[in-house]
Amino acid sequence: MIKFDNVGLRYDAGREILSDLSFEIRKQSFQFLTGPSGAGKSSLLRMLFLALKPTRGTISVLGRDVASLSRRDLPSIRRRIGIVFQDFRLLDHLTTYENVALPLRVRGRSEASYRQDVVDLIEWVGLGSRMHASPVTLSGGEKQRAAIARALIDQPDILLADEPTGNVDPPMARRLLRLFLELNRTGTAVVIATHDFTLMDQIAARRLILNESRLEIHD
Amino acid sequence: MTDLTHSGDRILRALRFAVEAVARRRRERPTPIVPSHNVAGRALVTTIAIMTFLASLTVGAVTLVSETAAQWQNDISREITVQIIPREGLDMEAALGAVEQVARETPGVTGAARLDDAATSRLLEPWLGEGLQLSELPVPRLVVIAIDTSEPPNFEALGQRLTEAVPQAELDDHRAWVSRLVAMANAMIITGIGVLVLVLLATALTVVFATRGAMAGNRQIVEVLHFVGARSEFIAAEFQRHFFRLALIGALFGGFGAFVLFWMMGLWTESNQARPEADQISALFGSFSIGWTGYAGTVALVALVAGLTALTSRMTVLRQLASIDMLSPVEN
Repeated sequence: MIKFDNVGLRYDAGREILSDLSFEIRKQSFQFLTGPSGAGKSSLLRMLFLALKPTRGTISVLGRDVASLSRRDLPSIRRRIGIVFQDFRLLDHLTTYENVALPLRVRGRSEASYRQDVVDLIEWVGLGSRMHASPVTLSGGEKQRAAIARALIDQPDILLADEPTGNVDPPMARRLLRLFLELNRTGTAVVIATHDFTLMDQIAARRLILNESRLEIHD
Repeated sequence: MTDLTHSGDRILRALRFAVEAVARRRRERPTPIVPSHNVAGRALVTTIAIMTFLASLTVGAVTLVSETAAQWQNDISREITVQIIPREGLDMEAALGAVEQVARETPGVTGAARLDDAATSRLLEPWLGEGLQLSELPVPRLVVIAIDTSEPPNFEALGQRLTEAVPQAELDDHRAWVSRLVAMANAMIITGIGVLVLVLLATALTVVFATRGAMAGNRQIVEVLHFVGARSEFIAAEFQRHFFRLALIGALFGGFGAFVLFWMMGLWTESNQARPEADQISALFGSFSIGWTGYAGTVALVALVAGLTALTSRMTVLRQLASIDMLSPVEN
């Protein structure tokens, strides 16, 4: 689904912060992306969700070479990728419900066609009582769950999550992990960037470990 | 009395129903993706209101001038004059009679009358004093010819026939005077249109800056929309909706202000018709009342300003989005 071939990245004229990355995110695969702070995890994630171009090498996403993509191609590819940001990026003037429904709204779907799905998902992530609350009034964990629900609402082919359990207590972290596994079973490839070894130790999954700008893969 | 109470109740019930229906619609409508209330929005509404007010005044002034010019033209073309220059040996009375007769025989002329001795004396009194004996002085004499405005005569043929009958007769159809008035009115209309174009241009530029400001201020929203797969057209439509709403509110305020001003000026000139200061205005503009074209122009202007704002903001957003690096819409 996503393939990196000899990818390198540098900002301006500095040294390469990512070097010689070659790996593949396969269909229906599940993996953790980990490594110490400053190892380039965020930059790698940004390349994965098409927010950054590599300075060398080739990336192909969902069968398309990133270098050959035009602006007009991006929305249709991004619609197949769900993203959970570490800082949530919820829109504060919309309610929880409207934030979760946003991906469907930008696809031009009528509210009647998705209302029940959104309500069900919000209840599933345990935010049923905060459906019409503003994100400003939500706790860190609640925002996290709302952000996850927004990434999942249109059943993406790939889910990229940056520290998705960073703001929740261990029982909720386990629940979220179960949610990701269930999603993975239904066919979505999942990449979870995390520092949380307790989380990673809970399941035997592939680990992509970034260290000093290079990538080790533990299958 | 009971009937009155009943109909009052009915009106109240209808009003309550309408208010509830509006509130229900508002609740059901999704929140706009571009937040609708902020300080910059209020400033833009005020700017657009002022611009629309000024543009409406220009439209009002242009229609007033063009209608007044048409009225002048109409008034003047109802009459023409023939001047008979006194020359040696001319029998003035006979010449006046001949001119009157030729005029009356011409189709399109409804009447011809000489300015008699008394009227001519009155006309000349400011220059030559009282007790004037016209027969002693070589004073030109006038014949006033009334014209059927729906079927005016051929002025050139009339002039020719008059000169044939009385070589000293000169026809003045006031065309030179009218054409100067029309030229002046046209110049004012062109100036007014120029001012209108400039005001609309300034409005469009204000909207460009406001849209850029709103995009910068709502950067996070634009980023999130990108990540959830929104197309540029969708983002542009959201900003367009936001600015159309602001512009419509501003333009309605501005247009309403102009309406009130037109109406009050009309009332003022009507109620002060006999006073010297109002006479000055009526001398220029007749009664200072904006015709229906002025009001219709203002309504069209409100729609134009709202439409122009929506279009400008849409184009600005699309240009801005196109200038963002395709794969780095968030940060670099």
